[in-house]
This record gives sequence, C-alpha cells and structure tokens, in this order.
Amino acid sequence: MDEATINHLLIVGGVLGGLLIVAPGLIWLERRLLALWQDRYGPNRAGPFGVLIVLADTIKLFFKEDWIPPFADKVVFVMAPAIVMITVFFSFVIIPFAPGIIVTDLNIGILFFLAMSSMGAYSIILGGWASNNKYSLLGAMRGAAQMISYEVFMGLALMGTVLLANSFSLVDIIEAQRGMWFVIPQFVGFVIFFIAGIAETHRLPFDIPEAESELVAGFHSEYSGMKFGMFFVGEYLGITLISSLTVCLFFGGWLGPDFLPPLVWFVLKTFAFIALFILLRASLPRPRYDQLMEFGWKILLPLTLINLMITAGVVLMREG
Amino acid sequence: MFSIIRSMWITFMHMFHKRETVQYPEQKNKLTTRWRGRIVLTRDPDMGERCVGCYLCAAACPVDCISLQATEDEHGRRYPEFFRINFSRCIFCGYCEEACPTYAIQLIPDFEMGEYDRQNLVYEKKDLLIDGQGKYPGYNYYKVAGLAIGGKDKGEAQNEDPPVDVRSLLP
Repeated sequence: MDEATINHLLIVGGVLGGLLIVAPGLIWLERRLLALWQDRYGPNRAGPFGVLIVLADTIKLFFKEDWIPPFADKVVFVMAPAIVMITVFFSFVIIPFAPGIIVTDLNIGILFFLAMSSMGAYSIILGGWASNNKYSLLGAMRGAAQMISYEVFMGLALMGTVLLANSFSLVDIIEAQRGMWFVIPQFVGFVIFFIAGIAETHRLPFDIPEAESELVAGFHSEYSGMKFGMFFVGEYLGITLISSLTVCLFFGGWLGPDFLPPLVWFVLKTFAFIALFILLRASLPRPRYDQLMEFGWKILLPLTLINLMITAGVVLMREG
Repeated sequence: MFSIIRSMWITFMHMFHKRETVQYPEQKNKLTTRWRGRIVLTRDPDMGERCVGCYLCAAACPVDCISLQATEDEHGRRYPEFFRINFSRCIFCGYCEEACPTYAIQLIPDFEMGEYDRQNLVYEKKDLLIDGQGKYPGYNYYKVAGLAIGGKDKGEAQNEDPPVDVRSLLP
C-alpha cells in the first residue's frame, strides 16, 4: 500500500471512529444541557461529570432482549434501523472537516447529501410498516410526509449558496466563503435550511413521527435493544450531520482566525449548532401535524423560492 | 416568530439560575417533626409498652399491612403478642397513628429503609418497638384510664376519685 492509500484509510477510520464516539457522547451532552436549562444537574454520578453514563447506557442496550414481535415483517423489521445508520454515515462522506480531511470531495456533494437524506426516510417508513402496529404506522406516515415535504425546501434553500459559490462541492463552497460567510447574504436560506434540518432529523420541536405523548414512540415503538439503539444513534448522527452541514454551507466551515487549527474551528462551530438543537428541544413545544405542513408549504416554500430568485438575479446582475 | 425567539432566550438564561436539585445522599432536606415516615411503637414513661392490642390501627389501615395478636400479662395489662408491619405494603398514610387510642403507634421522620430483600421489609415487634416515648412524653395510658389492672385498682388513676360505693347512697 502506498502512502496516499494509508492516509485515506486513516481519514476514513478517523471519521468513522470520531462519529461513533460523538453519537453516544451527544446523549450525555443533551441530557446535561437540558438539565442545565431546566435548573437540574442531569447525570453527574458515573465518572467525571457523569460521562460514563454513556457507557452504562450502551452496555444496557446491548444486554436488553432483542425482541422481534411475532406479527412483524422480520426481514424489513431488521433492515430498517440499518438503513438510517448507513444513510447518515454515507452523508458524512462529503463533509470536509478541515483542508485535506475529507473522505471524498464529490463534485455533486450537496446533491449526494440530499439523496442520502431522502433515503433516510425509508428507514422510518419501513420500520413503521414492518412493526405492524397502528401507532408505528401512523408515525411512519407522518414521518414520510414530513421528510418528503421538508426535503423540498431544504434543497431549495441550499441552492442560494450553490449559486453564490458556483459549485456543488462543499470544499469549493467553503473556499468561496473566505471573504464573507454565506450566512450574511443567505440569511433566509440559513434559517430555512436549519428549520428543514430539524424536520429532517425529526428532532423536537418537529418530532412528529415519534411524538412520545401522542404515538407512544411512533415508528420505533416495537423496537428494543440495539435495534432501537441504532435508530437513536442515527438520530444523533443526523443532528451532527445537519450541524456540520450548516457550518460548511453558511458559517465558513473550517475557516476562522489562525490561533486555532482549522479542525478545531470546525468542531467548535458544529458543537455550537448542536447546542442550538438542544436549546430548541428545551424551549419549544411540538406543533400540530397540520400546522407543520401548513408552515412548510405556505410559508417556507414561497420564502425559499423568493430567496432563490433574488439570489439568482443578483448573481446574474454581477456577471452581466 | 418573536415569541419563539423570546422563549428560547428565556430558556437559555436559565443557564445562570441556581439549580433546584438536592444532591440527595450528600445533602439532605430537613424533615419536619410531623413528617410521616417509618412507623414505631413507643413506650410509656415507665418503659412499659403503650400498645394495648386494640386492633384499631389494623382496622384503620387501608392497605392491611398491620397484623397483631393481643394478649394479657399476669397483671391484666393487654399487650400485643406479636406486632407485624409489612412496609412493602405500607403507604405511610398515618391513619394508624390517628386511630391509636394510646399514642403507641407513631410515624417518625425517617424514610431511609431500603432493602435488597423484600422479606426484610416485614418489621416484627422487636424492630418496631423503641425505647422512648415519641411525640407524647409523659403520657401513660394505664395511669389515666379508669381500668383496673394489677398494681393499680379502680380510683387510683390520675385525677380520679375513689369509686363510690353505690349502696352507701341508699336512703
């Protein structure tokens, strides 16, 4: 093996390993932050600041009975949680963590991400369908409708940055932000992308497919043990993915003053957005299903279209 | 839109609030004297058992967790032969304390009675009986009741006149 191959394998392993550490770490972070915002302590017993609670949770998940309900469609039931993990991991392929630290710089980077996040909807639909349970099915239907409709604005909101950077590749988009982060010219795009991102990862306040208080746990009520764990990890990786994409597209990725290395800037910015995700969960109630749809199609869609048209006009004017 | 940002800001500012959590094993809340916790059987000032085995506590108990058997000693004093409280059933409602005519059964401010074995939650008389008077010091049922027992005849209780010989009242 030559040096380039080894280097590449190192990056792949590093990204995979880093993500597998981050995903359970986020569970601890979320519980601590939620507790902080609710005047509690959260897990603080096991290990320093309670970090080892993650280990305890993981061990517990592994030793739980891995139950497949007799009424479920077994093959699909087992496949569904794998899909969510695979699609999220694939999406990370195109994320540039720092100059040179990227698994592959696809020239269709953003399109690849959009494709993968659409595939992620399958895990919800298949999981809810295979569970053969009315609550799961309801959650799956809601999830499908929510993810497909928010996919539309997500893609359209991104097109503004693509127009400005003149490329689908995330590395090019970050390089194009050397002068100014795209959050300033594309503020509307940023807000809409972030809202759509919350809906895509079906996090609170848009956790309508799960809706613990209405649908028990929605599409994954029949899942237990590590299969449930995979849905869980997929969700937390989804948060990381949306946060890092927001950073790449609107907040200059690894760009930042020189006193910190680029990778540290990227991680810092990403964690700021993860904290914002958790703050949203701590403060906002869940909207009704029809409210969510109305908000999407009647407000966000026209806004993204106007944003896209204005951006396109400005780009054309500058060229002409 | 404004209200969403405002509620997020308010939640964010909670970061700087004092946390409400009581770090229990290290830091304990003060329990008031009337706190209803572990049940004890108290003694009178002369160190005799207050319980007279009247079964009123067992009758009042809504979850039937008290069982006892009354008996009498050679002086005619009633006392429970056994007294058993199943604390895995007890709901600490305090009805037994209210029902007790002799202040024998009392709930005290202690709740740390966890056990690994469920059987250990069944408290026998030796576990319940304490060498103290609890909340009502100085009260001795047989000293104020008109009942005659060995060593104390009728009329010898506190604030009690000697019994009147009804025949002496005949005209």
